[in-house]
Amino acid sequence: MSAYAGDVAALARKDLLLELRSRDTVPAMLLFVVSALTIFHFALPSGSSARAETGLLWIAIVFTALLGLTRAFAAEREQSLLDGLVLAPCDRSAIWLGKTIGVTLFLVLAELVALPAFALFFHPLSWELVAAVALADVGIAAIGTLLAAIAAASRARELLLPLLFLPLAIPVVIGGVGASIAANPGSFLAFLGLYDGVFAILSWASFEYVVTE
Amino acid sequence: MICARKLSKRFGDKRVLERLDLEVPRGGFVLVTGPNGSGKTTLLRLCAGLFAPTGGELEVDVPRGAIGFLAHEPLVYRELTALENLDLYGRLYRLPERRERAGAMLERFGLWRVRNERAGTFSRGMLQRLALCRTFLHDPDLLLLDEPFDGLDVEGADLLQMELAQRTGVTALVATHDPEALAGRVSARLALA
Repeated sequence: MSAYAGDVAALARKDLLLELRSRDTVPAMLLFVVSALTIFHFALPSGSSARAETGLLWIAIVFTALLGLTRAFAAEREQSLLDGLVLAPCDRSAIWLGKTIGVTLFLVLAELVALPAFALFFHPLSWELVAAVALADVGIAAIGTLLAAIAAASRARELLLPLLFLPLAIPVVIGGVGASIAANPGSFLAFLGLYDGVFAILSWASFEYVVTE
Repeated sequence: MICARKLSKRFGDKRVLERLDLEVPRGGFVLVTGPNGSGKTTLLRLCAGLFAPTGGELEVDVPRGAIGFLAHEPLVYRELTALENLDLYGRLYRLPERRERAGAMLERFGLWRVRNERAGTFSRGMLQRLALCRTFLHDPDLLLLDEPFDGLDVEGADLLQMELAQRTGVTALVATHDPEALAGRVSARLALA
């Protein structure tokens, strides 16, 4: 394993260990996404279109991700730990990648509950929907982690993160809903893949400038 | 090793450091004193590369990985054990035999018996000892210590004195309100107003 991969693995493992011990983030994400889907189930009139139902699932996913992202740098922010990580001689993008892996895993865990709940409340899952969710997770975690780091350095972080993240999540919702209901989901899945690639590269390359003054 | 020329740092309208000249040669041990808000911590953070100067020049002739930085915060994860924290930093600093080194540091600072306890359960003094373990773990060439005796009991202060005594030739910039504790080692003093 290269030194870079080793750094990323150590940082991601650290985040998983922190969550395993504190249980701050994943239970909150699970409760939120199940509650949101339950509310949508009762709020949506029977006989609603598949587009409306799928759209609500994507809204639930985006806001669940936002909940996780607000906690992504909580330990580092509360104890100024980013200073310690930034001073280490490892490539600073490894901090972003390790954190992104953690955020992705937390999101996947939330979706392991959310998707069956969606199937129970609304309609059966299609492979296109599952593929779109998997692709969206990568993009959401990639750009979301960068924005969470930017917000963590700000005093108005609770306000700033949604303001930065939600506009950038619009393409994810468009691609996700399109891939889930369109007759030809391939182009929407390709769009989500492109979104992942572009924002992962941008976030990877710019993280160093975000965590240094 | 550290050379500052007319170094200035401002936060918005507030001037924290203004046209500071400073030279710390290799092996120098410089004490930085001054009242609260005089810019001691800011100077250390500038030297660590955690702040960018707003004016003047600053050269720190040492790679990032050779800096040992002790901050106000211990920079350790409260949910990880003492050993896990040092193991993480050892991994990021690419230390050979990092577990052995982490164990040796914990033993040196009297934390070996609590190595598997979470840092969040530690007292202020124990956290400071763990922070010192983290600072010295990678045998840094440049020490930037912000109030190193803060929270330490008499035994902890003695252990720190012993550690510093062993590290002859290391360059150090130490911000403190208690200059007498390090009086024997000092090569120069910088008083900030």
